[in-house]
Amino acid sequence: MATDGAPPRWDRKMQQRLAHGEAAALGELYDRFASLVHTLAHRVLEDEAAADRVTREVFGHIWEHPGDFDPKEGSLRSWIAGLTHRQAVERLRQSQSEGAATPEEIEEKVRAASAAARADYIVTSMPAPLRAALDLAYLRRLDYRRAAAQLGVTEDEARRRLRLGLQLLSTAHRGPRVVAPPAHGGAL
Amino acid sequence: MSEELGRGGAGPHGGNGASGPPGRPRIPLPRTAAEDGPRWPEAAPLPAPAPPPETVPTSHKVLKSLLGAWALAACSPEETAAVEAHLTDCATCADEAVRLREAVALLHPEDNLGLDPRLRSRVLASCLGRRPARVPVPAWAAPYDAETARLDALLHDIGEAEWQAPVRLRWFDGERPAGRDTTVAAVIGHLTAVDGLVASALGLPDPLGDGTGSPAERTEALWAARSATPPGAVRAEWREQGRALIRSASFADDEAAGLAVSYGPSTLPVRDAFLDRAFECWIHAEDIAGAVDYPYRPPSPGHLHELVGLAARMLPAAIAARRRAGLAPPARALALAGAPGRSLHLEVEGSGGGHWHIPLDSPAATAPPETEVAHVALDATEFCRLAAGHVHPEDAAAGQSGDREAILDALYATASLSRM
Repeated sequence: MATDGAPPRWDRKMQQRLAHGEAAALGELYDRFASLVHTLAHRVLEDEAAADRVTREVFGHIWEHPGDFDPKEGSLRSWIAGLTHRQAVERLRQSQSEGAATPEEIEEKVRAASAAARADYIVTSMPAPLRAALDLAYLRRLDYRRAAAQLGVTEDEARRRLRLGLQLLSTAHRGPRVVAPPAHGGAL
Repeated sequence: MSEELGRGGAGPHGGNGASGPPGRPRIPLPRTAAEDGPRWPEAAPLPAPAPPPETVPTSHKVLKSLLGAWALAACSPEETAAVEAHLTDCATCADEAVRLREAVALLHPEDNLGLDPRLRSRVLASCLGRRPARVPVPAWAAPYDAETARLDALLHDIGEAEWQAPVRLRWFDGERPAGRDTTVAAVIGHLTAVDGLVASALGLPDPLGDGTGSPAERTEALWAARSATPPGAVRAEWREQGRALIRSASFADDEAAGLAVSYGPSTLPVRDAFLDRAFECWIHAEDIAGAVDYPYRPPSPGHLHELVGLAARMLPAAIAARRRAGLAPPARALALAGAPGRSLHLEVEGSGGGHWHIPLDSPAATAPPETEVAHVALDATEFCRLAAGHVHPEDAAAGQSGDREAILDALYATASLSRM
């Protein structure tokens, strides 16, 4: 079911309701984004309990500081993904630094985990036609001709979608720098 | 504290992680199909049934357009060979090929872990501990909030085809078990139709227009009106109405919480109607879960206690209604309103259970413990299955002592709380 692509109006309304302290809005926010938050956190931390904790932290932060979201800078969804990512990466650094890993190993792990989490986010946010094409080629292992037939598009179009989908996905390796080390124990 | 994360900088290992060394990038081979062995010939493709020559692309434009499919190992062997030959000549395509191959490595089958439904209440409670709500969800609407969220999570996880899975609605019609064969989608429509009675009592739009009709009539009307509605829209209509209900409940004052919701012959105040709807939501979620083979748990103990309590409070009126309908023997004594009559001690065991004393002779009579003529003990989930009409009153696993007729009256009345 398409939970992506909520209109900016929905985002603003939600922000107002949260600011107003409406618990029902918090429940709706959770229902819409918990799976995104938990999946991203799990991708970075590879641990169920740690992902639960990040989920609690992220929703706690949004509930306490709904004014931090600026609709002009993007969607609520992408803001929440960014919060989650920062929170998860911070935890990953903490847990790694308690072990025997060298700083370089830690950063390499953080880099790989960040790319994986961004890739998840990109896949769930990309336009549905691109995602459908990738699913057919990657998960169902159809060649592009059969994928085209399945999608009811030309072979040219199927090739275009696969290439475009992967191009989008490849931006996960660059990605926004949301992995800055914790400054001074800020909220997130 | 380094702000840099070892990308391209002069790190201790000098340029580790720099992604594109100058010169020709190394082209990884296309992914082989993971489980079913190598899919592409190593070198020359088999000569045999050669496709028409014009299908082997040669132009830069066409080869470039194939890069995505190539990276996903989703083109023909001839095309693969043509792309790979091209990559040794064309630096831009080679660069892109590297990037797309790396992108494929980021794909993975969906984990489909499914969130633990109990996480929701933990996360929300933790939030509300950090900042109390100015507009809380009232306690009487909390079970409805939790149960609708759980059912929605189940619906999120099932496939399109499972919406047509057969589900049998069951209830007890006063004398015998009754049922109706239907589908997952129809069960959700049923919930929407009956929730609509509460919506219209609160001044929200009724999906059926006028807020009238018995639950069964409304269900039939909604099924007729939505026979061609796709599952996504069926789910959205139910969910959006549920959200509007919870929101209205949050802003309702005492007067609104006490407004009467009319279920055909009987009425309930709004705050009890929310418990009733939470109960139905859970029971039907279990019906659906059973139909699509999905694990489902009872509500949390605190919520279950509220739901059992509502059924216990409804019992005296249900017993009286059965007498009026000639389905149960008349009261033993004329009890005056507010005066003690005979009572039954209902003991519901397990988490969410408790003790209730049910007046037997008149809904208006009081039921102090010394008037007890019978004692029934049963497990909370068994009691709820009985109240849902899923267990026959005489088959309910209930420990009993005392007046046999009083016990049967109470068990039959409990089952009669159910309806379509």
